[in-house]
Amino acid sequence: MWLNTLLLALRSIRRNLLRSFLTILGIVIGVSAVITMVTVGNGATAAVQNQISGLGTNLLQVRPGQRMGPGGSGASAPAFKESDGEAIAAQIGGIAAVAPEARTGSVLVANGRNWSSSVIGSTNDWLTTGNWKLAGGRAFSNDELRAGGAVCLIGQTVQRELFGNTSAVGAQLRVKAMSCEVIGTLVSKGQGAFGNDQDDVVLMPIKTLQRRIVGHTRVNTLLVSMSEGADAARITSSITQLLRERRKLAETDEDNFNILDTKQLAETLSGTTKIMTMLLGAVAAVSLLVGGIGIMNIMLVSVTERTREIGLRLAIGALEREVLLQFLIEAVVLAALGGLIGIVLATGASLGLSALMSVPYQFNLSVNLLSFVFSAAIGVLFGYFPARRAARLNPIDALRHE
Amino acid sequence: MSETPLIRLRGITKTYGEGNTAFQALKGVDLDIQQGEFVAIMGPSGSGKSTAMNTLGCLDVPTTGTYEFQGVQVQSLSRDERARLRRRYLGFVFQGFNLLARTSAQENVELPLIYRGEPAATRHAAAARALEQVGLKGWEHHTPGELSGGQQQRVAIARAIVTEPRVLLADEPTGNLDTHRSQEIMELLWHLNAEQGITVLMVTHEHDMAAYAKRIVRFVDGVVESDERNPHPVALQAGAAHATVSDAEVTGIAGKGAPHVA
Repeated sequence: MWLNTLLLALRSIRRNLLRSFLTILGIVIGVSAVITMVTVGNGATAAVQNQISGLGTNLLQVRPGQRMGPGGSGASAPAFKESDGEAIAAQIGGIAAVAPEARTGSVLVANGRNWSSSVIGSTNDWLTTGNWKLAGGRAFSNDELRAGGAVCLIGQTVQRELFGNTSAVGAQLRVKAMSCEVIGTLVSKGQGAFGNDQDDVVLMPIKTLQRRIVGHTRVNTLLVSMSEGADAARITSSITQLLRERRKLAETDEDNFNILDTKQLAETLSGTTKIMTMLLGAVAAVSLLVGGIGIMNIMLVSVTERTREIGLRLAIGALEREVLLQFLIEAVVLAALGGLIGIVLATGASLGLSALMSVPYQFNLSVNLLSFVFSAAIGVLFGYFPARRAARLNPIDALRHE
Repeated sequence: MSETPLIRLRGITKTYGEGNTAFQALKGVDLDIQQGEFVAIMGPSGSGKSTAMNTLGCLDVPTTGTYEFQGVQVQSLSRDERARLRRRYLGFVFQGFNLLARTSAQENVELPLIYRGEPAATRHAAAARALEQVGLKGWEHHTPGELSGGQQQRVAIARAIVTEPRVLLADEPTGNLDTHRSQEIMELLWHLNAEQGITVLMVTHEHDMAAYAKRIVRFVDGVVESDERNPHPVALQAGAAHATVSDAEVTGIAGKGAPHVA
């Protein structure tokens, strides 16, 4: 009985190709839209989280000027000094490393080529706070840091643009009027949280930058890396207190610096992308619903023709359960086929979009299952239940159905 | 006749609805039908002839009375048991053909065999044979949409006889056809009855069609009004005349040796 009924179901699908195709199409669109949207959305969230964790975990960025926004007056605030960073490291507990950062832009010349990039002056702590690893060569020695040696580390973009595939370690690099030796290269970190290229960077001892390139001792940013499990709120308020004293602010003065917690930033940003994912998912859910309504329509429109067909089958001796099994198999085959095609399409589309948006692809089992089950249930429900009603009719009444 | 009849109806009534709106379509019908008969059931609209046909076809059960088919009490069978009886012994032809759309003649004819669980090879052979019998050899792969009304009805007849049924029930089989096609269909039924011994029960309101039958039962107002032998079934005289006008479609029938009186 199973084999015969399967045969009947497949014949029925074949002779109603258009209807079968439309049914499948509804399921395919619904399933693939939901899966693609949610997968790409999740990928985007993961990408943002990756990029922010690449900034450095447990990192506080201390900058001069008030927090940006209405009433902010960043420009007039005095810069930090190197000693501010040393004081923070020495006087506040729960801190792993503090790196002063001075920054300028410059054209780099080496190997007969030139390239414009950011030049950063700092210490080896800058590598710790920024989660940087060395791809080759070495970090700065204490002598180089103290004396302001003519040495530098370069990011992968600078390596590629100026030196191509040959190792830059040991080569000379000219930054403005100064020539320095490349002593190491940094492992690539890729795109930053704001779309910037983090690898387009040259790092040198802060004294080298101050004395030989910019000609002043201003420090633009203090990067504070907290110990694992440290209380960010306590450290933030301690730093605020210390810096207010060192910058000689009166009780009534507002802070002329601000502290940015990257963890907070990460939470804010990934919260935003999560909302975006939910939004995309909601839009896709609408298409799943529309697909479902399409399936219902097609199934219900064909009920008249199918009722007469059921009447005939009953009249020539089909048992009620044989007719029902046939319709059930039809519905299940169509729904499963549509669901599988939808999942395959969604996987292709997700992979393509993920590559295009350079976000990681993550297979999401629950979304795949959920959208598949939803459309399959609609297909089976609206394929099967009208048939069940028809199969319970007297064959004569079913044959005469208008 | 002394032998046990194939079909025996006793005191059959059929009531539709309940209470004030109840309608009694059959009001006590007694009828015996022997193996090999060709019976035309006639009567005006609402006379109960269609209800009687549905009862005879085991599609519907009587409200009261007994229906014996080959000694089996049909009125006490379950829905599934009646379905099994239909698929084993009965073949149906309807006024509206009721072929599956977009399905080849071959597959339409195979349908009852699928429900009987016949293997594919048997099905194909039997369907091809049945289509040849109704004069549609070479049309196996045409769908109903590609066939004329007469051809569609012949596919339906092939579907009814493919199971080699004991009884063929035809409900207004020529109701949707012109005179010429109607006569072809009637000749086909006549041959099936005469040469294969299939008992044919046919509902019709056309005297021309009833004239092919050996026996004419007339229903009026829910009871059998008259039940007569037809001493001169029309096909015996008309066979030759129609054979001359038959087109290529019916050479299958003519070729089977219609009883010409020329």
